[in-house]
This record gives sequence, structure tokens and C-alpha cells, in this order.
Amino acid sequence: MMRDVTLPRVMWGASGRPLTLREHEMTFGAAKAGAALAGELEASGLMGRGGANFTTSKKVELLRAQRGHHKVLVVNAMEGEPVGHKDRTLLSTNPHLALDGAQYLAALIGARRVAVCVSRKDSAIVHHVQRALHERERRGGGPEFILHTPPWRYVAGEESALVHWLNDNETMPQYRPQRPHVLHVGRSPALVVNAETCAHVGLINRFGAHWFRELGTPSSPGSALVSVSGAVRRPTVLEVALGTPLRSILREAGADPDPLALLTGGYGGAWLDGEHLDAAYSNESLQPLGATVGAGILVVVPRGACGLAETQRIVKWMANESSRQCGPCAFGLPALAEDLGALLHGARDPHGVLVRLKERCSVIQGRGACRHPDGVVRLVASALTVFARHIEDHVSGSPCEALTTPRRWVAVPALEHESELVWE
Amino acid sequence: MTRRSDHFVLRVDPILCDGFGHCHELAPELVQVDEWGYPIIHDQATSTSELALLKSARLAVRGCPRQALRIERVTSHSETPR
Repeated sequence: MMRDVTLPRVMWGASGRPLTLREHEMTFGAAKAGAALAGELEASGLMGRGGANFTTSKKVELLRAQRGHHKVLVVNAMEGEPVGHKDRTLLSTNPHLALDGAQYLAALIGARRVAVCVSRKDSAIVHHVQRALHERERRGGGPEFILHTPPWRYVAGEESALVHWLNDNETMPQYRPQRPHVLHVGRSPALVVNAETCAHVGLINRFGAHWFRELGTPSSPGSALVSVSGAVRRPTVLEVALGTPLRSILREAGADPDPLALLTGGYGGAWLDGEHLDAAYSNESLQPLGATVGAGILVVVPRGACGLAETQRIVKWMANESSRQCGPCAFGLPALAEDLGALLHGARDPHGVLVRLKERCSVIQGRGACRHPDGVVRLVASALTVFARHIEDHVSGSPCEALTTPRRWVAVPALEHESELVWE
Repeated sequence: MTRRSDHFVLRVDPILCDGFGHCHELAPELVQVDEWGYPIIHDQATSTSELALLKSARLAVRGCPRQALRIERVTSHSETPR
């Protein structure tokens, strides 16, 4: 039975295939009734690993305060970030640990139904989860688990979009003027939790808050999964203690030790200058530098690459992934992508384009129903500061060597329909 | 001496809003429009004692073809979280 302070934690027992329920119980010990979980969860200070970094115990308390017996727990393993692989890796290694956590949380808030949401793009992961759920069903007991497979879109993993899918089969975010807001599946209050967060809950219930806090920093305790890609030997998912220096994460991933910049947090995250490698990997140390832990993503961009080109490709894709419900996002993000393209490939008035780009960023900020436009604006704004010197070169018209090579570092999926970006 | 809700903010549901721009016509003091015609409304609360502003806010709410606007009462003039 695992009780060490060492890593890995949620990736313990990784063997290249998902652990069966029996192997899982031999590794982590049998599931416990979560009598003291509420207190332990609060003491652990666990924060959601889906990107928003909201304290899980606060979310749980909000749901416990709701009335009714028909609450729903939604396990979010949608993984909308194209460069993120942590939830998929977790579910193909320790699916039962995440399901254990979901079961404890369901018991804690009084939910009888657990909706596990995995995007239908990854049939292997869907299959792993299906098998795990069958094993649990044969064992009996616990809440009713239901597997849902929404289509894969960037915004489909946003919690209100996911609940919208469960209600109406539409992966569109909803407008929530009051925050915190309790989402409802049908008439039942719903708690949406990231799959990795569930796995941490499964461990906290077994080994306690004190054990959980032995890794990490006081304000961001525990460990987290990080997907590292870009200029690395091969893209990996690592489990690191929060607060580990970025340099040692990169070394462990076999990455370029002296990169130009890091993309942190995901496509809706921010760029971090390559000279800040001694910063600790936690929100309290990254936020002053403008970066974020976000959804646990690091993309290494080596020297010689063009940060503007990488940003432009991401923003173009993100503009296409907007659900186009809100005008500032539907029209603003393509406009940002267009401005970046004009800066990249040359325009008649590059100074004017740069000024307009900055203005558009401040106009779009905070005017969507969800945070999708805010994330893109944050990415563009961080690119304008981190790559300021290089963008200056583009504006003054000096040639960019990176544009002559086809090599790009941030993996961006191909746009399905390029023409989708054209709005009448 | 502040009563419970002596300030108001105009709020737009960005999903309902289709950028007709009537709110800008009816309440130009409160609503600007961006280059795509969608309203920019400041988070800053206005005192309900400013009757002209309250009146134009009401006109904007009633004149919205998508019924995307509403007036929200807030307690103080401090900025409210979105």
C-alpha cells in the first residue's frame, strides 16, 4: 500500500495499461467510506486542476448547501486543450482512482448520479472508462455512473458547456451573471470536477490532508500532472510537486535547457520568457510573471523560433473554436488573428496594426459569456510583452528567419474549414 | 448613508445580444458600441438619484429587440465582480 511522500501519486502503479479494479485496490488499498472527507478536503487546500484553480472544498460546500436529493456529479475529462494529455493519461493509467474520488465527492454532496464525460475523439480512452465502469457495476454499490461522450471542441470542456451538453446535447457555454453559480442538470444541482482533481480526492480520502500537503507549497499544495511538449525529446506527461522549479521539470522532460519561451497553461494561457526558468511551477510564483499553471501545460519553444508565428497559429485556431454566441468573441477573435497575421507577413501600416491589436485586446476582454475570449486576449497580450523585441523587428520590416522554415513548435490541429473564419 | 440598493448597473447577456445597437441609440451616456456593433457597458455603478440616466437605462432595456439588457440594483458604487 502506498504511503510514501515521494512521487508519483496519482500516476502510481503506471504500467502502460489501465489498472483493473483488483490491481487498483491492491495498489492503493480498498475504498474507504468518506466520513471525514469534508474536513480533510478543506484542510488539504486542494485546488481544481482543470485550469481555473478554484478551491475544490469551496465548490463542494456550495453544492452541499443546495437542497434536494437528486444532485449530479460531473467528472470532466474532456481535455479541450490540444496540447494537454493529462486527463487522458490518467484515465488510461489509473481510471479507478479518479472514479473513487468521484464516488467520495458524490457521497459528500449527496449525489446519486455521476456523469463521466470523455470526448468521443479518443475511442481508446472511452473504452478504458467503459471497462472500468463495467467492473464497478459488477462489484455493485456506490452511485450510478453514466458515461457521456460529447464531441471534442475547445469550449466543450468548459463547465457550463458540459452541463449544456448533458441537458440539451449542445456544447455551448451558458451566460452566468452571478458567480459563483450553481449549474443544473435538468433540475438537479450539478458539481463539475476535473478528472485529475477527482484522483487527488481519491488519495486525500485514503491518506489524509496532512499527507497531501507534504508535497507542494503552502498555498498550492500537492502534486499536479504537467503535459510537456514542443522542443522536447518526446512529449510527455509528468507528475511534479507544485513549486518545483521550471528548470528541473524541463530537465526531467528532456527539453531544450535554454528555450526562447514557454507556453504555460494552455492555449488560453500565457507566454513566459525563457529567462524565468528558475521560477517555481505554482500559481503564486508564475502569476507575477504573467504566466499561469492553468490546465497543466508547458510547451517549450526554442531559440530561433518565431513567437509571433506560433501565437498567430494558436489564435487563428482559437478564433475558429469560438462557439460564436457572443459578438465580441465571434468577431473579435478572428480580428485578432487577422491583425497578428498582418504583423507576421507584413502590412501597409504595421504600426497602426499593432496599435489596433492592443486596442482590440482591451475591448474584447471580459465581454463573453465564458472565459474563452479572455484566455485568447491573455495569450496575445503576453505575446506582445514577451516577444516585444521580435515583434518590433516584424513591424520595422526586417526579415524573420523562422518564417522560411516550415518547423513549428506548438502543436495546433488543422482547421477543418478555413473558410469558417470568414464572416458575412 | 447608503440604502440597500441605491445604485444600478446596466447588464447585457452577451449570448442573447445580436448587436442591433438600439441600446447605444437610447442610452448613449451608458452604452458605447465596439467596431462590430456590440455594446460596451461599464461596470461602474450609477446612482439611482441620477434620474436622467436611470430613465435612459430603462429605455434601453425596453428598446432591446433581443431583450438582452436588464438593470441590476447594487449596494454601493464600487465595481462589482462580473
